[in-house]
Amino acid sequence: MSGKPKLHYFNGRGRMETIRWLLAAAGVEFEECFLESKDDLTTLQKGGFLLFQQVPMVEIDGMKMVQTRAILNYIAAKHNLYGKDLKERALIDMYVEGTTDLSELLMMYPFQPADKKEQHFATLVDKATNRYFPVYEQVLKDHGQDFLVGNQFSRADVQLLETLLMAEEYKADILAKFPLLQKFKARISNIPPIKKFLQPGSQRKPPTQEKDVPKVMKIFY
Amino acid sequence: MAGKPKLHYSRVRGKMESIRWLLAAAGVEFEEEFIETKEDLEKLRSDGVLLFQQVPMVEIDGMKMVQTRAILSYIAAKYNLYGKDLKERAWIDMYVEGTTDLMGMIMQLAFQPADTKEKHLALIIERATKRYFPVYEKALKDHGHDYLVGNKLSWADIHLLEGILMVEECKPDILSAFPLLQAFKGRTSNIPTIKKFLQPGSQRKPPMDEKTLATVRKIYNV
Repeated sequence: MSGKPKLHYFNGRGRMETIRWLLAAAGVEFEECFLESKDDLTTLQKGGFLLFQQVPMVEIDGMKMVQTRAILNYIAAKHNLYGKDLKERALIDMYVEGTTDLSELLMMYPFQPADKKEQHFATLVDKATNRYFPVYEQVLKDHGQDFLVGNQFSRADVQLLETLLMAEEYKADILAKFPLLQKFKARISNIPPIKKFLQPGSQRKPPTQEKDVPKVMKIFY
Repeated sequence: MAGKPKLHYSRVRGKMESIRWLLAAAGVEFEEEFIETKEDLEKLRSDGVLLFQQVPMVEIDGMKMVQTRAILSYIAAKYNLYGKDLKERAWIDMYVEGTTDLMGMIMQLAFQPADTKEKHLALIIERATKRYFPVYEKALKDHGHDYLVGNKLSWADIHLLEGILMVEECKPDILSAFPLLQAFKGRTSNIPTIKKFLQPGSQRKPPMDEKTLATVRKIYNV
């Protein structure tokens, strides 16, 4: 008997944020159960709720799903955000893995030791503007359509928007050389469930601040 | 017009090995073009055939696919190794992501400095025996079938076998507490396509030696 999906994670973005985005974009209401301390994690582990003793974990459709990609794949397929055939899926997967790689770089920044921060920042700006954004700009330019794949809204668009906004948090003018990505950002942000998710009071989480890092480390390490 | 898939990578396991395993298990013949120097990689990049300037890249069905998981998902779905419905897919994905995490740790071992290698190896053994293998042992115990999901060979089984063999290279008796995984290993290794892949002369790659590691470091700046 399925109610709303229930997300188990700490009260921050981390690896759960992309899942929150996808559920929100699909118009799916969800509940959240926050880990505040190591004890909360241990309780879940001892209760046998975490297949590999890790979070994210999402209770959905009678399953206790773990592994971020498995969860995202399931939600995308269930809500028709995964293309119409194998080839569209392949393109979506390639684009999504690219944005995931960039997101991981962005996510890791607050956790870098002080002496590595500057180098890490330079790397993420370089990769964003020279490796990843040019690809998506070119894709949009080549087909001239509103969405990345198959002229239809998919998880690739949701994840790209999430990543664009995250990158802008690090460098406000990071999209300066990418006019089509700027238009894409505005367009996708205006899709009603996404517009709602971007408003204050939604379940979207703020960026992890330096001061939050010790607390997160204590829960997971 | 589809010929054989063509794999672009160095002559090492790395991130391409799981793709070789899956193609082989599916009975798909493939060609390989090896990146032996930095110039080889630069040429692929300047030819514009690497979407994110990275390998693995697999030419398949008219696409130049990149990103390991995208390639694996495509092959699995195309060759009916991805379950029969959404829920089976979900379980296959969960299991595959688990073995990916474990194999990822082993792949990193070669790149560890000498002073942390031993600790890293100990962590691999602990994770294998306390976190990952118990899950697969229990899955097999609970349903009593030959395969992990849906009573049918899937990507999850092929990936698990690859992972088991890789951990055994670190510690030969690693399966001693896992009788069902031992039986699974025996059974799955005997599937004709997989048996063939496990024989000398196949396209399966050996673990990296010091010389190859040095070359890889130079080409990929790692």
